[in-house]
Amino acid sequence: MSRSSPRLAVRKTYKLFIGGAFPRSESGRSYVAQEANVALASRKDVRDAVKAARAAASRWGGATAYNRGQVLYRVAEMLEGRRSQFVSLGLPASDVDEAIDRWVWYAGWSDKVAQVHGSANPVAGPYFNLSSPEPTGVVGIVAPASFLGLVSVVAPAIVTGNAAVVLAARDAPLAAVTLAEVLATSDLPGGVVNILTGDPAETAPWLAGHMDVNAIDLTGVADEALAAALEEAAAGNLKRVVRPPLTEPDWTDDPGIGRMTVFLETKTVWHPKGI
Amino acid sequence: MGNDLAAVTRSDAALRAFLHGLPGVDQVGAEQRAAMLGTRSIKTTAKAWAIDLAIRMVDLTTLEGSDTPGKVRALCAKGMRPDPADPSCPSVAAICIYPSMVPVAAEALAGSGVHIASVATAFPSGQAPLDVKLADTKAAVAAGADEIDMVINRGAFLAGRYLEVFEEIVAVKQACGAAHLKVILETGELATYDNVRRASWLAMLADSDFIKTSTGKVGVAATLPVTLVMLEAVRDFRALGGRQVGVKPAGGIRTSKDAIKYLVVVNETVGEDWLDPDWFRFGASTLLNDLLMQRTKLKTGVYSGPDYFTLD
Amino acid sequence: MTGFEYAPAPESRAIVDLQPSYGLFIGGTFVEPIDGGSFKSINPASEEVLAEVAEAGPADVDRAVAAARTAYDEVWGPMSGRDRAKYLYRLARIIQERARELAVLESLDNGKPIRESRDVDIPLVAAHFFYYAGWADKLPHAGFGPSPRPLGVAGQIIPWNFPLLMLAWKIAPALAAGNTVVLKPAETTPLTALLFAEICQQADLPPGVVNIITGAGATGQALVTHAGVDKVAFTGSTEVGREIARAVAGTRKKVTLELGGKAANVIFDDAPIDQAVEGIVNGIFFNQGHVCCAGSRLLVQESVYDDVLSFLKRRMARLRVGDPLDKNTDIGAINSSAQLDRIRTLSDIGSSEGAERWSPPCELPDRGFWFAPTIFTGVTQAHRIAREEIFGPVLSVLTFRTPAEAVEKANNTPYGLSAGVWTEKGSRILWMADRLRAGVVWANTFNKFDPTSPFGGYKESGYGREGGRQGLEGYLDV
Repeated sequence: MSRSSPRLAVRKTYKLFIGGAFPRSESGRSYVAQEANVALASRKDVRDAVKAARAAASRWGGATAYNRGQVLYRVAEMLEGRRSQFVSLGLPASDVDEAIDRWVWYAGWSDKVAQVHGSANPVAGPYFNLSSPEPTGVVGIVAPASFLGLVSVVAPAIVTGNAAVVLAARDAPLAAVTLAEVLATSDLPGGVVNILTGDPAETAPWLAGHMDVNAIDLTGVADEALAAALEEAAAGNLKRVVRPPLTEPDWTDDPGIGRMTVFLETKTVWHPKGI
Repeated sequence: MGNDLAAVTRSDAALRAFLHGLPGVDQVGAEQRAAMLGTRSIKTTAKAWAIDLAIRMVDLTTLEGSDTPGKVRALCAKGMRPDPADPSCPSVAAICIYPSMVPVAAEALAGSGVHIASVATAFPSGQAPLDVKLADTKAAVAAGADEIDMVINRGAFLAGRYLEVFEEIVAVKQACGAAHLKVILETGELATYDNVRRASWLAMLADSDFIKTSTGKVGVAATLPVTLVMLEAVRDFRALGGRQVGVKPAGGIRTSKDAIKYLVVVNETVGEDWLDPDWFRFGASTLLNDLLMQRTKLKTGVYSGPDYFTLD
Repeated sequence: MTGFEYAPAPESRAIVDLQPSYGLFIGGTFVEPIDGGSFKSINPASEEVLAEVAEAGPADVDRAVAAARTAYDEVWGPMSGRDRAKYLYRLARIIQERARELAVLESLDNGKPIRESRDVDIPLVAAHFFYYAGWADKLPHAGFGPSPRPLGVAGQIIPWNFPLLMLAWKIAPALAAGNTVVLKPAETTPLTALLFAEICQQADLPPGVVNIITGAGATGQALVTHAGVDKVAFTGSTEVGREIARAVAGTRKKVTLELGGKAANVIFDDAPIDQAVEGIVNGIFFNQGHVCCAGSRLLVQESVYDDVLSFLKRRMARLRVGDPLDKNTDIGAINSSAQLDRIRTLSDIGSSEGAERWSPPCELPDRGFWFAPTIFTGVTQAHRIAREEIFGPVLSVLTFRTPAEAVEKANNTPYGLSAGVWTEKGSRILWMADRLRAGVVWANTFNKFDPTSPFGGYKESGYGREGGRQGLEGYLDV
């Protein structure tokens, strides 16, 4: 069949990512960002995403570290395969490469963080005493606009076994939704990462106040007053809080291990030693 | 039963001491053993042999509120001649039904050699007064059941009232008369393999003929490791001077592959003595058609489909 | 057919594409040995020749070390940890993808049951590469200072009992830490290492980073004593380990040795008996007992001795000995006729010293090297079969009365690689673990391995650890 005119492109619909599925906002709303219609998440979408994250957290946290590492490495593989898709969204190629490598970096941490962050404690008595880190549970993330920044906050939260609800930056949602498509095809169980597009100024307070969320990362919150209000709301159930950085970080820097350990609980087990 | 074993049921304290003195079951080790046996590769002649044995071991079951005489008659026909196209296909061990359906089955199965198993004792919860359970049992036997599948009182068991559970089984056994008694432990509610081992011994001490995993009415039904632990119990019971007791996993066994895994566990845990419908049964409904499909595949060399087997 | 007799279920060997002969893998390519020597690798289950393999002489060792040095100086040393990680991840992935091929070849060359090579060896190999891949870019976090340096060229010699797994234990941490390697597989089991060389090519690993040289003891000796080697890693017998320790004396070479063992497997009267019996069987009959950490001394509390023995014998009667490629085989072939001779000799000594020998009825194939699973009862600490490593499917059974006596007997050996403790009482496990002089203590399990878990021995079982964060230490300048 020959064409008389140039082929008409099929446009993509950008939707939310909740529980492994791609629904529209329950509110039926959308907004225009990066020249596309993007779902405008509501407080009820936040609620649904937290529910999905909680449902996924126990299985993901209970998976072996080896398994979680394999899944994160698979994310890197899938992202590598879609490298050009991200570049076509206008991201610097070097940022996309760094983001791929960042998944690899964190994949390797899955079965090492406990070896670096745990300890055998020589208590003064006939007791075995071992401290090991465990995931805190459901982590809310207000993501920075940078794609590398987004990966740099999501990967460390989940590699240790937490589930995340991520609020993408209002004006940079397309890479976040495209990342969701990568995650959905990487053997990551549905609900481990949930990504909501829209206006974090509207949705973040619901996430910060949600009593079934264990921690919140405010890295992407630029407005100081909003950050303070979110931190105050988070105090309701004593969420672990990551405050926004004073200045936009250089995301290509060595990430260290702080973004993992902040969402870990140390559990210490005592057991007597005797005949 | 040896005198030593009889002594342990003389009092609640003695029974408790005995049951809690049984060796523990390490969950991880038991599950790994079962999983390893699950990797056995059963092919060709061994597979054909195992499938025919599995068919002969099926307690073809319907236990629904919607059961009707028509449904039960159809099931009986299926149980007697599972594959009407192939007369060499053996019949199943028994038809397993509610007491109200026993007369229907008795008429349909007369002279076939297929047993009539009836659940009783307020199946599946067991939450009824003892006299009601005994009446339930007697009625089923009177109507023609020659096997009774009773449920134990899990509430009493989990609360540690072992003698109460024991005496109830003894009473039901008496009510059974000549009918064989299968005691359903409902292992999915017992939570630990230690409890499965204790409940198995309790039922054997109370003179049950079979111990059975599940009603099929709770979330977790038969599993390979639970069956392994029960087989170890019947093996040890006989070795200690008790009788040979049968084992019946029920619920959740749907494929030939699953059924063959169970037969491997039987073979390598208790051996040939139990590889017989008198000593090992499958409580199942959909399993039978899968066995028939695999049987046909072995004979014809091509995979079959559900359209070629009767849906009863 | 009477009873449930499993029909043969052989894994197809068609997946393995063996060449008639193999050269040495030096500088990224297969080369002919300079002096042209060669030897044959056979299938110990049938004595069939599988392939002819080059024998590396001193000049070949020299070439291999030089290739490793060049790769270290020019490519691997300067490379970022991140990129080294990516290469190791590639190797891990290719091993996963070619897992069945590797498993079949391992069973052919070694004689171990396909169930073990398929379900244990090869998955652990891939996992080991994954684990150390993750360390390559995280060395500053490993606890050896802010910027630990590699050593240079590692000379590595591995045994025949877990050929590819031992290769992984050696190569993965060495490469992660930034070293390059010259590895010599055992002369009876070189084939999976040579297939691994192909995998290195497939992964585009820079030439010279991994060099595989085949040969026997002389080749190993040339490697260990080569002046260009900065690190020696050896797994094998205590006897050879001692020679190596002498050979490197006075040099600056860093050494790690993983040597023999005579592990006690201690069964208390409150043990979960069915699982304990599985653990005993797994402890001594896994891999035909060709396991340095095998639970070759069974210590049973006297009060449960009769029960444990009768359970054990009943269980042993179910072991399926035969064709390693049959998916239902539990015990395969003894790796070589030399090893078979050693097992026979020590077993005969056990009988002549008065221990009572028992094996289940079991038909052994006519060709190949086979030994029925065997237990000796009535063994005391004075018997040679209670002191010497047999490295075969032979279990010595001893008894004890108290925990202290169990510890005393368990530790009464020059070895100290591993130990097993079976009891339902947690505090007793930890009490025992504190007192057992062994590098690995398994409680209510046995012969478990994981890349995250350090493995290695006390006393004459060697020094250094493989696996875990600790496994990096032997390959870093710390």
